[in-house]
Amino acid sequence: MLQAVVPFSAALAALLCCSVLIIWAGASPFEAFALLVKGAVGSKFAISETLTRATPLIFTGLAAAVAFRAKLWNIGAEGQFYAGACMATWLGTGVVDLPAWLMVPFLFAAGAIAGGLLLLGPTLLKTKLAVDEVVTTLLLNFIVLLFVNWLVFGPWKDPMAMGWPQAEPVIDSALLGLIIPKTRLHWGLIIALFTSIAVWFLMRFTTWGYEIRSVGHNPKASGFAGIPVNKVVIRTALLSGGLAGFAGVSELCGLKGYLTLDLSPGFGYSGIVVAMLASLHPLGVILSSLFIAILSIGADSMSRSLNISNYIADVATSISLLAVLVSMLLTKYRIRWR
Amino acid sequence: MELLQLLIEAGFWAATVRMATPLIFGTLGELICERAGVLNLGIEGIMAAGCMTGWTWVYFGGDLWTGVLFAAFIGALFGLLHALFTVHLGLSQHVTGLGITMLATALSAFVFRMLLPNATTPPKIIPFESMHIPVLSKVPFIGEVLFTQSPMTIFALVCVVVVAYFLNRTPAGLALCMTGENPMAVESQGLSVFAIRTAAVMLGSAFMAIGGAFLTMSAFDAFYIGMVNGRGWICIALVVFSSWKPGKALLGTLIFAAFDALQMRVQQQSSMVVPYQFYLMMPYVFSIVALIVMSRRSAYPKALLIPFRKGER
Amino acid sequence: MNNEPLLSLKGITKTFGSLVANDGIDLDLYKGEILALLGENGAGKTTLMNILFGHYVADKGVVEINGHALLPGSPKEALKEGLGMVHQHFTLADNMTVLDNIMLGTESLLSLSRKNTGAIEKIKNLTKQYEIDVNPHSLVKNLSVGQRQRVEILKALYRDVRILILDEPTAVLTPQESDHLFATLRLLVDEGLAIIFITHKLREVMAASDRCLVLRHGKNIYESKTSETSIDKLAQEMVGGELPRVERIPAVPGEVMLSLEEIGVTDSSGYHLLENISLTVNSREIVGIAGVSGNGQSQLADLISGLLKPSSGTFTLHGKQISNPTPLFMIKQGVGRIPEDRTSTGIVGDMSVLENMALESYWKDEFNRYGLIDFKALLEHTESLSKQFDVRSGGPNASARTMSGGNIQKLILARVLSENPSVIIANQPTWGLDVGATAFVHRQLIEASRNGAGVVLISEDLDELFGVVDTIQVMYQGTLSKPIDPAKTTASELGLAMSGHRDIEHSSLLREAVA
Repeated sequence: MLQAVVPFSAALAALLCCSVLIIWAGASPFEAFALLVKGAVGSKFAISETLTRATPLIFTGLAAAVAFRAKLWNIGAEGQFYAGACMATWLGTGVVDLPAWLMVPFLFAAGAIAGGLLLLGPTLLKTKLAVDEVVTTLLLNFIVLLFVNWLVFGPWKDPMAMGWPQAEPVIDSALLGLIIPKTRLHWGLIIALFTSIAVWFLMRFTTWGYEIRSVGHNPKASGFAGIPVNKVVIRTALLSGGLAGFAGVSELCGLKGYLTLDLSPGFGYSGIVVAMLASLHPLGVILSSLFIAILSIGADSMSRSLNISNYIADVATSISLLAVLVSMLLTKYRIRWR
Repeated sequence: MELLQLLIEAGFWAATVRMATPLIFGTLGELICERAGVLNLGIEGIMAAGCMTGWTWVYFGGDLWTGVLFAAFIGALFGLLHALFTVHLGLSQHVTGLGITMLATALSAFVFRMLLPNATTPPKIIPFESMHIPVLSKVPFIGEVLFTQSPMTIFALVCVVVVAYFLNRTPAGLALCMTGENPMAVESQGLSVFAIRTAAVMLGSAFMAIGGAFLTMSAFDAFYIGMVNGRGWICIALVVFSSWKPGKALLGTLIFAAFDALQMRVQQQSSMVVPYQFYLMMPYVFSIVALIVMSRRSAYPKALLIPFRKGER
Repeated sequence: MNNEPLLSLKGITKTFGSLVANDGIDLDLYKGEILALLGENGAGKTTLMNILFGHYVADKGVVEINGHALLPGSPKEALKEGLGMVHQHFTLADNMTVLDNIMLGTESLLSLSRKNTGAIEKIKNLTKQYEIDVNPHSLVKNLSVGQRQRVEILKALYRDVRILILDEPTAVLTPQESDHLFATLRLLVDEGLAIIFITHKLREVMAASDRCLVLRHGKNIYESKTSETSIDKLAQEMVGGELPRVERIPAVPGEVMLSLEEIGVTDSSGYHLLENISLTVNSREIVGIAGVSGNGQSQLADLISGLLKPSSGTFTLHGKQISNPTPLFMIKQGVGRIPEDRTSTGIVGDMSVLENMALESYWKDEFNRYGLIDFKALLEHTESLSKQFDVRSGGPNASARTMSGGNIQKLILARVLSENPSVIIANQPTWGLDVGATAFVHRQLIEASRNGAGVVLISEDLDELFGVVDTIQVMYQGTLSKPIDPAKTTASELGLAMSGHRDIEHSSLLREAVA
């Protein structure tokens, strides 16, 4: 599987470049990486933290992978994440009371619909007016974040939260329980894994997957052959936005329990890197989200011991993205850019 | 009534021109890249890099104009990286640009934190002072609006004229425009598409970085992470709005900045009725509207986004 | 003619991977002559000229010009030495003016301003001297194809070219425009230029060149003074043996399959893409559509393919009127479509051969159950069709992009013909194919028509039309002529119709006028 070379060489390139920065900061790369790995997987608790961190990345990685397969440049996963979280907050804080086995799927479905509808706008602008979706989805992120800002400082502000800007917590039946007690690892991970398998199955074996791939590679030939290109792109948008919405619901109901402004430290954008590292493969997304999670959790730990800013994780992540592009070229496995 | 009063107030328009400055640099920079056929989505990150590097240069003892130069240099370096990926290797302009934005933003944050680890309140520098151009600045209304601005703002306005002249009236500008329309035409007239595109992206990125530097060296006097706040993306919308022409770009940035200045004034007065967050949303909403409005008339450079593969028939 | 050649190519060899495009080619060009470079598609003509002009670098061999070696790989050097090239696909920027296109690269990039007035003077003088009619201030996108070609030639003349290369210059011209072009070339040669033109049209070689050179499989295998050779000899050398003959027995047409009555198509700005089109295709009949590309053929093909809606008129298929066609609908109604550009519209290059074979049938019950694709059934389908239609590839899972043009076309034919269509619309199906593949395509279309299909064949190649079709209609600026019997007309008459002269009924008068 030559495709495996891509993420490995990209990860290696990222770590090598970061070594340069670590040396500049006056530390030894070996020590730094050792601390990073220890901080990410060096104890049971560390592993649980890393897996917890990987969970939303799996969802946003899937969102990006599905969209990019159709050449739909969904950069709005950040906003779609919050759309899902807001929907879950609205419906999950007491408006509806269902037993847990109904409540959780209900909230996930609602969150997915919110995320999908949010992406629908820019997608329709693309199909009907040929407006480039990169900029519109990006700008929407800023708008959504400001909206959430208003919600948690304004109408949804929890009076019991001692002044902190956050919304009311969701009701108990909405909470995803912990897989390992005394950690933060919640059932969102299991949902993410199943979602990844489901998306893989969809892309590989069904008509939808075939049509998405065909439209992504060559919309002209697909349209000529009778595939309804615009319908396929819209379907993809609903699916992609929905997956990002899942991420929001998962973090809300699994990790935090209530809506805050920092519910997502950039999961939407990291999802893009996750997808690219996985060469847009739905199962590969699981592995690459683990990698990004390790970088993130490990860097936090490392930066506490050494005097290296934990922004190094972001640097490593972005170098990985660029390195993936180059390594795809070298292995002759390409997504044709046009 | 109040609105009209506002519109004839010189102070309002002076603020507009000032707020338009980073957008002018950013839009000019992106326009140059796109006229040559390259979409540069690294603009948001490059502006952040310009922000940080220009300010840091001055903080550690350099003077203001060499700081601007340094920021431009850093911008050009990121532009070179972008060009290596997209022009020479023919990789996706979308993903490369996003990667560069992420990288430049992350590096700016990282380097800043490493250089000033103990900063609890953001440290400050002495920024550009407003110039008072003799004689002209005494002219009523226009004097305050145009001739009592930061030197960087004057520089921005001069750049608009220079870039317009360059594109329309010089052989190099002709070559650049052709590269964005039909690279094969350029190649068969004995010029190098790769060289022209690389130079264009580097030059454009330098402008973008200067736009970022304006924020920390003129508009404000401190750097904080996230201060570019989407201006880069707004510039991309403005380039479409300007139909890739520098003169129209100036007009677009002024209209945009005027609305922004307006929104800030109104916000101060009526934050009781409409929450301030909705006012802050306005710039982004307008950008999306600008894109929609211009979608029908797009006279985009024909070779935009298409990598030029040498030797392929 | 001088004794010293102006230009000398010695031992030029160029390989692309495993494909040997040029194999030790020698070529001399003398002052004041027109040399025709002939060969089938894929013989290596364009590669050779691209090496000459500097777009490619030869693996072996040398180009000598004016007595010294030419620096390889640099169009800049080639231009400096007086070489000029008119490419097959025009290298003009549509959104800019003629003046801009001509001035590009002629002034130093460090210069601070363009010297427009001098340039306009020079261009005006050139247009007068060579009877070329073009306004420097027009936007290229508003020019006709013939005018654009003249701008390409002006570009070279502006740079004081001494050797002019033209790559398939008449591909987009009517016979009359081609005559005009060759007259211009004669004028140039009389002034001392030397010209090489690449073509595969034997008639042109005989009419317009002084010397000719035939390439086959990358080798220079025949050279002669034009006056000392013949069309048959050239054809034989090009193919290397007997030309495959395609048997066309005229069949008795059956019932009406497809009928267009006074069809009009307007685009969103009100421009008439098609006007008053009337076309009837019967079972077992092959209708040929002649015309220079760009006169509405693409729109006609798109209409029948289901990509365009008629704005007026009646579109009838199997007796039923169609008002809202989509590609899928036409496929289901039994219309087989062979697109004009096989690589960009016919296949999805990054998907496998199997997936491409399934492109129009993946949704069918035999391959699809409740949304799940039966890949095993598709594999059998692909293998049997590949055998039946001689589709050669790296296997069912190989990327379609890796197939040769001929095999891509065979895949498309397999996909279309295996569904036993009742109507076939084939748009330039043999463009860019060698003689063997062309004959294969013709055989398949003729056999399909024998099996009852009605075929519409759009082609720019009059020889192809004369050889294959039962009736010809000429397309010009969105309108279609009445059906013409190929046995009762000639290429030059059709040529007149292709450039707008109607009334072929008065053929005898025209025959006298043209002769």
